[in-house]
Amino acid sequence: MKVPSRSRRKGLRPTRGQPGSRDGRNGPEGNGAAAPGVKEQAAEAGASIVGWLDERTGASPFLRGFLFRKVPKGTNWYYTLGTATMFAFLSQAVTGVFLAMFYEPDPTRAYESASHITNDVFLGELVRGMHKWGATVMVVLIFLHMGRTFVFGAYKYPRELNWIIGVVLLVLTLVMALTGYLLPFDQRSFWATVVAVNINASGPVVGPYLADFLRAGAEFGTTTIARFYAIHMLLVPVAIAALIGAHLYLVAKLGTTAPPWLKAEKKELLKEEI
Amino acid sequence: MAQSPPNRRKSRYTADRNVPGAFEGETVTRRAFMTGGAMAAGGIATAAFALPALGFALGPILEDTTPERWQDVGPEDDFDDQTYVPKVISLAPQIGDVGKTTVYVRRHNPQRDTSNEDLPYVAISTRCAHLGCPVRYFQASRRFVCPCHGGVYGFQGEVVGGPPVRPLDRFYTRVRKGRVQLGDRFSLNSKLERFSPRDPSNHLDGLWQYLYPARPTT
Repeated sequence: MKVPSRSRRKGLRPTRGQPGSRDGRNGPEGNGAAAPGVKEQAAEAGASIVGWLDERTGASPFLRGFLFRKVPKGTNWYYTLGTATMFAFLSQAVTGVFLAMFYEPDPTRAYESASHITNDVFLGELVRGMHKWGATVMVVLIFLHMGRTFVFGAYKYPRELNWIIGVVLLVLTLVMALTGYLLPFDQRSFWATVVAVNINASGPVVGPYLADFLRAGAEFGTTTIARFYAIHMLLVPVAIAALIGAHLYLVAKLGTTAPPWLKAEKKELLKEEI
Repeated sequence: MAQSPPNRRKSRYTADRNVPGAFEGETVTRRAFMTGGAMAAGGIATAAFALPALGFALGPILEDTTPERWQDVGPEDDFDDQTYVPKVISLAPQIGDVGKTTVYVRRHNPQRDTSNEDLPYVAISTRCAHLGCPVRYFQASRRFVCPCHGGVYGFQGEVVGGPPVRPLDRFYTRVRKGRVQLGDRFSLNSKLERFSPRDPSNHLDGLWQYLYPARPTT
């Protein structure tokens, strides 16, 4: 795969040579050229930091391959739905961390602490609102992304594994939606969770045990909300982040597909050639 | 290796298999032994934290979280055998109001009640047998109605309509010193025969009952 050799923006390219080379401006062999002014030095600082990191991590060949890979003709706005879903997840992660600083996962304190976030904390209403509506946005986007993949046939060989990872991500996102729904701990979230846990219990043989695991016992008790909270902010987010990494790796490795209508055009061309 | 005859390769001694640096009488190479030992040590170390953590998470499935206790709901004069009186008991005392639930209580009525004659009072759980929403009793129609998905139950808690798969659960009742007390929950099949408590949505009739076994938690 051929990639552009110089991707760094002009301002970030080092004006000096490689380490060890002598460009005549520095070092004992300086031949009296004017010392760089403050402005030039400041401009150089960014480039030298990037260069320092690049030299030690080898990041730039990787990033060039990852960010400047070729995409098929016909790539359009529908191809941005996956990225949009990822940014919805990142937004949920950031707002969730800040909500966790005020939220108390205790049956007697949960509702009050959630009200406290909304009513008293500076910008709390905004952050909680972003988290609440962002959850809906993320579920909508993940389904649109899945629909795009299906309709464009992008799940076919060799991308089946990426489809499977995507389905697991969809399920995990819905687990997030379910476990997060309980946390405000008002009447609606309590009874919705009771119903959801009992839907789990309706599965034959293992269902009742699954419900016992979710409730941590036969009745909704002391541990239930803490358990949902731990699943919501530790277990599933880590799994989602790791699987997004795998998902992206496969996208970069396998490339994206052209829209199906372009393939049809190509076939016609082949006919004409014959 | 090419010169060695094929039967010598199958020997259990490393020396016979021409493994470099083999000892006399050795059957496992030191490299294989170290690899296996490192794997085993890693496996033991992983199990040492993974198994307790897993047990910690799954433990509540196996322990009885609803110990037997009797709760007072009032003197016998509070109740008659024609209508239900709502009373509040606590299912999970540690979590305050969230752990409380309403129970509908009436005296056993020999004319109406066809089962559970050994219990002096009928205490109907408000937990809908469909998916667990709270049902409400309407005296005018003598029906229990669930607001979530439209389950309807008759005077004895038997299913009259809607999605529920079995009658409403009940609680054991007894009278002590003229006061009515409620004990553990129990479930009933469509003939109002007693079963150990099951989750809502679990069938208790015909072959279905074997798909929803009794659990250690109750």
